[in-house]
Amino acid sequence: MNTLNPAVDEFETSIADVDRADVRVDVRNLNFFYGKIHALKNVSLPFARNKATALIGPSGCGKSTLLRTLNRMYALYPGQRAEGEILLDGENVLAPGVDLARLRARVGMVFQKPTPFPMTIYDNVAFGVRLYEKLSRADMDARVEEALTRAALWDEVKDKLRGPGLGLSGGQQQRLCVARGVAVRPEVLLLDEPTSALDPISSARLEETIMQLKADHTIVIVTHNLGQAARVSDYTGFMYLGEMVEFGSTDSLFTSPATQKTSDYITGRFG
Amino acid sequence: MSAPAIRLARRRAADIVFKAFCLVVTIVALAALTAILWSLLSQGLGGLDLDVFTRSTPAPGSKGGLANAIAGSVMMCALAMVLALFVGVLAGTWLAEYAGRSAYGAVVRFLNDMLLSAPSILVGLFVYEILVAPFHGFSGFAGAVALALLAVPVIVRTTEDVLSLQAATLREAGVALGAPYSFVVRQILWRSARSGLLTGALLAFARISGETAPLLFTALNNQFFSLNLTHPTASLPVVIFNFALSAYDDWRRLAWAGALLIAATVLAVTIVARIVAREPKRS
Repeated sequence: MNTLNPAVDEFETSIADVDRADVRVDVRNLNFFYGKIHALKNVSLPFARNKATALIGPSGCGKSTLLRTLNRMYALYPGQRAEGEILLDGENVLAPGVDLARLRARVGMVFQKPTPFPMTIYDNVAFGVRLYEKLSRADMDARVEEALTRAALWDEVKDKLRGPGLGLSGGQQQRLCVARGVAVRPEVLLLDEPTSALDPISSARLEETIMQLKADHTIVIVTHNLGQAARVSDYTGFMYLGEMVEFGSTDSLFTSPATQKTSDYITGRFG
Repeated sequence: MSAPAIRLARRRAADIVFKAFCLVVTIVALAALTAILWSLLSQGLGGLDLDVFTRSTPAPGSKGGLANAIAGSVMMCALAMVLALFVGVLAGTWLAEYAGRSAYGAVVRFLNDMLLSAPSILVGLFVYEILVAPFHGFSGFAGAVALALLAVPVIVRTTEDVLSLQAATLREAGVALGAPYSFVVRQILWRSARSGLLTGALLAFARISGETAPLLFTALNNQFFSLNLTHPTASLPVVIFNFALSAYDDWRRLAWAGALLIAATVLAVTIVARIVAREPKRS
């Protein structure tokens, strides 16, 4: 498949670690271009159902780019294009004619910086739900409470749901964004360095939240924090210069990396 | 003194000179503004009484007020702002969110900038040609359209600017929830940019509220009180223009009162709008 990559053999074996039946999202031979720049090169990997998969690698290696192909966020920008296949429950999300709004309702995303909308906490959470469901007042209240509870924010905001989302602290804002994302009940949740703008305590709380969310969602998390990847993820993919150098269970990748490159990166020799 | 010490002293001196220059220029600018406001207040306050609001413009020597001009100005400015906000916000939104670097977008942007600096008397002549001459009559509607044409480019420009300042992640966050892009623009971006949008509207209002030239050829004037915009319509700027140049003291007093009214209205509208659109405080 990729003859330039000496890790291909190990890579193929480790993909086999993920039981085929458990694959929620299957990325096959994905290539991505920012104009003429070839940012992802023949990337293939599975994302397992109700597991967290971490994408690690030095800045510019393509992990965020990979994340942004999964919900086709890149389609907002002219000149960016993806080739290959990304199968979500067997359906290719890169195919022309895919309803992008529906896709994004199924594949939620939380960003590096908290992005609360300029409206109340309640409306922030209800925003996505209102797009696709007509709920009664009581049902919506319940949905908002459920989402905030799952994002571990309910106790802190239950008395000020009508207050502005922008009035919360940074860590609370990020958990509000998680609540907003899970409120629409997506199958997959993409997290793009979700704790990089947070203080250590808020980060730890968000990590706990992520662990709990695995029960209902397939999680893909991009992170620069190797400790975080080791703590929250079941599988890890190490990327370098647009290639998937190594993919496997988090335990094996961190304890016995198959390639020298991975070993160098996780021991802090570069990146 | 050593060479570095001399350099340092020179820099300090340059710093002081620059600061002093900035301060003097600021004082000059503020002094001019204060002088204008002072003459407005001292000359205008004397002419302000109840008659100004209840009676229409008089013949020289008789009692009268500005009621017809106030009503005309309010109607024409309000209608102009409605028209201009509708066109301006949508066009500015298109430029910021959809036009991108397209050639069409560049052309629209360029033409808008030209319109922004077009002499208002030309706008008046243009509207005269399309809305007054063909219908054989001056009208308040034509006046409102002329004012709207002056307000539109201001609103287009500020709308595009403030929307461009909104974080890309805010757009992505909306889209990531499965919202169509137009929905994200209306529900999130406009809301997030509302204080900037309001600033644009206020700038536009401030600009048109005192415009005289575009009204001379369109709304003309009307010495009687009228709420009918299909007829010639009085306005404060045109009345000020006519009365200020007259030989009659009572007319000149009314002109000053009218000028004060315009200034006070712009100030009041600005303050009220700022309070209404104030960003929510952190709880």
